[in-house]
Amino acid sequence: MRDVLIALAPAEILSVLVYGWSELLVLAVGITSCVLLEWAITKWMLRKPSTIGDLSAAVTGLLLVMNVPSSTPWWIVVIGSIVAIGIAKMSFGGIGQNIFNPAITARVFLLVSFPRQLTDWSVSQGFIHATDAISGATLLGVYGEGGMEALTAIGYPENHKMFMDIGGSAGEISAALLLLGFIYLLIRKVVKPWIPLSIIGTVFVVSTIFYFVNPEVYTGPVFNLLTGGVLLGAFFMATDYVTSPMSTLGGVIYGIGIGVILMMIRYFGSYPEGVSFAILIMNCFVPLFNRWFHQKKFGRA
Amino acid sequence: MSKITFSRGGVHPHDNKLARECRIEVLPLPPVMYVSMAQHLGAPAKPIVAPGDFVKAGQVIAEPGGFISAFVHSPVSGTVKSVAPRKDLAGNPVMHVEIAVEGDVWMDGIDLSDTLVTALPEDRDAVLAKIKECGIVGLGGATFPTHVKLAPPPGKTAECLIINGTECEPFLTSDYRIMVERPREILVGAAIMQNVLGGCRCVIGIEENKPEAIAIMKKAIKELGYEKRMKVAVLKKRYPQGGEKQLIDAVMRRQVRSGGLPIDVGAVVQNAGTALAVYEAVQKNKPLVTNVLTVTGKSLPESRQHNYLFRIGMPLSYIIEQAGGAPEGAVKLVSGGPMMGKAVSNPDAATVKGSSSLLYLDAADTMRKSASSCIRCGRCADACPMGLEPFLLNRLAKVSDMDGLEANAVQDCIECGCCLYSCPANIPLLDNIRVAKGQVLGIIRARAAAKKQ
Repeated sequence: MRDVLIALAPAEILSVLVYGWSELLVLAVGITSCVLLEWAITKWMLRKPSTIGDLSAAVTGLLLVMNVPSSTPWWIVVIGSIVAIGIAKMSFGGIGQNIFNPAITARVFLLVSFPRQLTDWSVSQGFIHATDAISGATLLGVYGEGGMEALTAIGYPENHKMFMDIGGSAGEISAALLLLGFIYLLIRKVVKPWIPLSIIGTVFVVSTIFYFVNPEVYTGPVFNLLTGGVLLGAFFMATDYVTSPMSTLGGVIYGIGIGVILMMIRYFGSYPEGVSFAILIMNCFVPLFNRWFHQKKFGRA
Repeated sequence: MSKITFSRGGVHPHDNKLARECRIEVLPLPPVMYVSMAQHLGAPAKPIVAPGDFVKAGQVIAEPGGFISAFVHSPVSGTVKSVAPRKDLAGNPVMHVEIAVEGDVWMDGIDLSDTLVTALPEDRDAVLAKIKECGIVGLGGATFPTHVKLAPPPGKTAECLIINGTECEPFLTSDYRIMVERPREILVGAAIMQNVLGGCRCVIGIEENKPEAIAIMKKAIKELGYEKRMKVAVLKKRYPQGGEKQLIDAVMRRQVRSGGLPIDVGAVVQNAGTALAVYEAVQKNKPLVTNVLTVTGKSLPESRQHNYLFRIGMPLSYIIEQAGGAPEGAVKLVSGGPMMGKAVSNPDAATVKGSSSLLYLDAADTMRKSASSCIRCGRCADACPMGLEPFLLNRLAKVSDMDGLEANAVQDCIECGCCLYSCPANIPLLDNIRVAKGQVLGIIRARAAAKKQ
């Protein structure tokens, strides 16, 4: 888990630098409330040894923080922590027992409960000055509202550097830094590449097909890979050990499912972004995948 | 030279070959020896001596108790004191012959000299009979009777004899020492077995962490003019390379099917120590009454690491005493390696044919860390050389789902311990799986027996 924290650090640090005090407050409240809550639940409700030492509560807190805008009020972050740790994780029996990814469960809960605050992309003064694109609405938001025409109207793609400063939730700020973190996890052999590759591959294939069918209506593959939570979700949330399939084949099917669902939501859904919903929906299938798919055994054809 | 290895799973524990430079020393004889009747796989041997009998070293004292069984010989000369149950190293009662040592008189016709006998016997059946009469069993751990393994059932032919010199268990150095000190004897033993198997090819598998052994064995092959007969295969260092199925996979790129035998894919695997025992039996007429054992551990200083040539039946406590007693800081004594060895709960137990080491473990290496919840990281499944899913077997074992355990191949488990070694949550996977495997094997056997009737 420490490796996951290290891998997420660069993107979050950049986020704090760009978004300033408001992001720092969200970060502090998110991690502290998740860790404290887990400690309190194990101590007073479960009466078991505390599990905060495994750092998974801290990872959940950090992922939650990275999945909400920097302008989120602190009390909403606390509610998110209660949903993540209290409902999604500890009520199932704690680490290893939960069906749904705690951070994503919390984000989706917040998104449907506080839609205005969770899509408030106004940003405060940061510690460093970022060049562009982190103004108001996200590219996905613009596309969701007004389609391709609206995107073109704000100067996409010419005015947007796709690997930095994408805007949106705090953790989605830099595709490059997320990729860096993911490569670190791969090198440390913490995760395997199959799930992220199948998600990214599916998003690429689906959006390429739609883009070529009608580029005036549908966004293209580069746009879909680099905007919103695809990379954050594929690298760090769909790869959660507990809520993803054990076998390689199961993981690939799980990834394809996430990719297809999120693209359908983006193109046809009422929400501009669908990564969280896609992962939650596919989380449901993980027990089945684990039952159906096993790794190849030695000496058994 | 390209290094080969088995195709899936495995772990890389530190090899800790602390006793690798220690020459083999001959242990003096104790006053009393206890020879176990159950020191091979299969039916226990039936004693044919009675208290008061005088026996010579190398004399048969027990006959095979079944098809898969082995002769047992007296390792010393002296008077039989008793034929009675005695506790083995796990504390289970096993029939032992107790012999009070008097002098060191060997049976006639046993050649105890160092002279190398290279002339290979022609008569296959006579060689097989000799190996059987001399009580040779596999010395790599399983102690399967060697003559049975060297006589494939009709319709099966051996394509490759693999001499197992991998010694992939950390700490153990007895095979390494015999490869360094007695390479030509091992190779002649291998050639004898190769002829018995009808002249198949022969590969000596040695892990890369033993470069001296590799060089010495290669040189000995040249000296004996065996270049056309056999070759050395250099294997990557990876545990459990010495597992029979893993070694066949590494050397021949063939997988023994679940429930199958090595001979099904044309393989016969024999340990380097077994090859030496075959040499001594066939060329020198010497039964299996001695073997080499490593006394080692991190808590022992360098001067107290040993490789001993011991007579089979020496009490462990006697060897411990000869090696200067248990060291300070040692909290556990293991017979065998740290991965698959058995804890010694009864140090008065006697050594057996398969004894390979006395390993002292210190507190840091023995302490079990408290287990936390499984987070399904899948490291155990990655580490399992049999491609099993230990996390799943562990869960099925907890709820005693015997059908589920069998469907998920718990019976294929080779008990190598890679799952337990790799688990970041410190879950005692192998402990739970081993119990479940025993139960499932019982069910499978009962079903097979019911079918026969």
